[in-house]
Amino acid sequence: MNTPFSIPDNPDSACRPPSAKDFLVDRIFRGLARIGVVLILALVFALVYEVGRKALPGMEKYGFDVLFGTVWDVNQGKYGILPAIWGTLYSAFIALLIAGVFGISIAIFLTQDFLPAKLAAVFRTIVELLAAIPSVVYGLWGIYVVIPAIRPLTTWLNSELGWIPFFGTSLSGPGLLPAALVLAIMILPTVAAVSQDALTSVPMKTKQAAYGMGTTHWEAILKVMVPSAATGIFGSLVLGLGRALGETMALAMLVGNANTLSVSLFAPANTLAALLALNFPEAGPSEIEVLMYAALVLMFITLLVNVLGSMLMLYAQRGNK
Amino acid sequence: MIRLMKSAALAVAVSLSATSAFAAESIRLTGSGASFPAPIYLTWFKDFSKKTEGVTVDYQSKGSGAGVQDFLNKTVDFAASDSAMKPEEIAKVSEGVQLLPMTAGEIVLAYNLPGNPKGLKLSREVYSDIFLGKITQWNDPKIAAANPDLKLPATPITVVVRADSSGTTAVFTKHLSAISPAFKEALGEGNTVNWPASDKFIKSPKNDGITATVRQTPGAIGYIEYGFAKLAKVDFAELENQAGQYVVPSAESGAEALAAVNMPENLVAWLPDPQGAKSYPITSYTWMIFRKDNGNPAKAKAMREMVEYSLTEGQKIADSMGYIPLPQSVVDQVRKASANIQ
Repeated sequence: MNTPFSIPDNPDSACRPPSAKDFLVDRIFRGLARIGVVLILALVFALVYEVGRKALPGMEKYGFDVLFGTVWDVNQGKYGILPAIWGTLYSAFIALLIAGVFGISIAIFLTQDFLPAKLAAVFRTIVELLAAIPSVVYGLWGIYVVIPAIRPLTTWLNSELGWIPFFGTSLSGPGLLPAALVLAIMILPTVAAVSQDALTSVPMKTKQAAYGMGTTHWEAILKVMVPSAATGIFGSLVLGLGRALGETMALAMLVGNANTLSVSLFAPANTLAALLALNFPEAGPSEIEVLMYAALVLMFITLLVNVLGSMLMLYAQRGNK
Repeated sequence: MIRLMKSAALAVAVSLSATSAFAAESIRLTGSGASFPAPIYLTWFKDFSKKTEGVTVDYQSKGSGAGVQDFLNKTVDFAASDSAMKPEEIAKVSEGVQLLPMTAGEIVLAYNLPGNPKGLKLSREVYSDIFLGKITQWNDPKIAAANPDLKLPATPITVVVRADSSGTTAVFTKHLSAISPAFKEALGEGNTVNWPASDKFIKSPKNDGITATVRQTPGAIGYIEYGFAKLAKVDFAELENQAGQYVVPSAESGAEALAAVNMPENLVAWLPDPQGAKSYPITSYTWMIFRKDNGNPAKAKAMREMVEYSLTEGQKIADSMGYIPLPQSVVDQVRKASANIQ
């Protein structure tokens, strides 16, 4: 290892060229990191390959009928996951809508000098704690707290505004709305935390310049800070949506698991992840093929959402410049 | 330092020899399957393991179908199933299969009505039509006919069924198919069936899920195991049996139902619709599944002891846990058949 520069030989100086050991450590670290990256990629590919391999017989046997079928009847060998696909997307988007509004508001509130820094840190921790609550607890909380709490409102909406398709049925208990509400709370920490990072990473100077131009506090936030952080905030929404699509246990408990296609927010629905979780344990060989197929569809949807999100983000970035 | 190392080495040697001696004597039985009898099985196995030197029994409650699958894959020593075992599955096991009914249970219809009225009576026609989605309101004249004393609200009936594949569903739909040709025609029987597509049919995972949903939903009705309903203290309905009597689910009415059928040679008796004026209509045995030839005398002996324990001490706690003790004649038959486990 020849060093490109030399330093006066001073034993007291902390300044010294990297030793052979430093180079070795550096190299080992780089190697390990590279192995790590390769392993992660290999794992993803192995996963897709394995699921795809097991789904293949099902795909050959049932083809697109599975994607557009609405009946799931194991005894008659009829498998349709359209209601589950619809329920997955519908619940995830409603959850994202709610979590987006609240998550970004929280991020603005906690980063834009509304609170003393110490208090903001406390609130931030509280929001992040939401991420540490197990899914099952959310599910139980949904059944015992959320559903009774929203029941009066939903009954009123259904009886007074029942002609609007969204309120077309009465809420019996588990259904799309309670599931989406709980889902929103579950993805809130993700949206809030990533949005906060985005907002804090906007350079101080930008804000000062905005004030210098004579903007009010709110003008600075809405016209300068949020647009500057838009890419990151958008990223938080994509991450949140990804989590919402894959969330399982709480949804299995709250969504009602009924294979019905309905736009009503109060009707029971189904999601792919819940379908998989509930049917896998006792599935026979032919059912497993279709479940693997459904798993592949779920992976594909998640991938599609992430790719679309990234593309939109790139597009938005280009538009900004 | 040297002394320390010496004592450490000694300790390691002692513990090694201890574990190997232990391994030589201890037998570990693993089983998996039905979740319906899991609470009582786990209690039995815990007590049996405690009282029997060198034998431990592990049981994983993962569902009847999964248990049979594990049994076929030889990942477990025994399995448990609410729906016994299909002949084609039995044919796959070259060692031979011994099915032993170990306990029995009832399925109750838990309901939630405003004011928590007790003693709701449901006729055969009514409860099969409710689960067919034909009767949708609590104040339906057919429900009212059997319940002149109850004030039934004009609330829609929310039917809560199992979202996961389950032996409980199999037993329940077997019964409904037996009493209602329309149900048999439209849904049939099985671990999962295609329930009517309606926004008043809700699926919830496991007994706990159904219980929680029924509790939180005014106007809900759902099927759960009697033991579970007893623990959860939910209201459950009196059902009309084959003799036209309304019967409360209990250990006695379950025992009446069991007494109404004869246990055949293969120990697989179904009671889709038991006779007898006092029989509770939805009662079923649940089985443990063993290999006849285990290729391991010590293990086979431990399994026979386990069965014996379950038949004697085990049956005593059945009632308190919400299960039905086996009739004495069945106990004798099972004891005799358990000798086939070798």
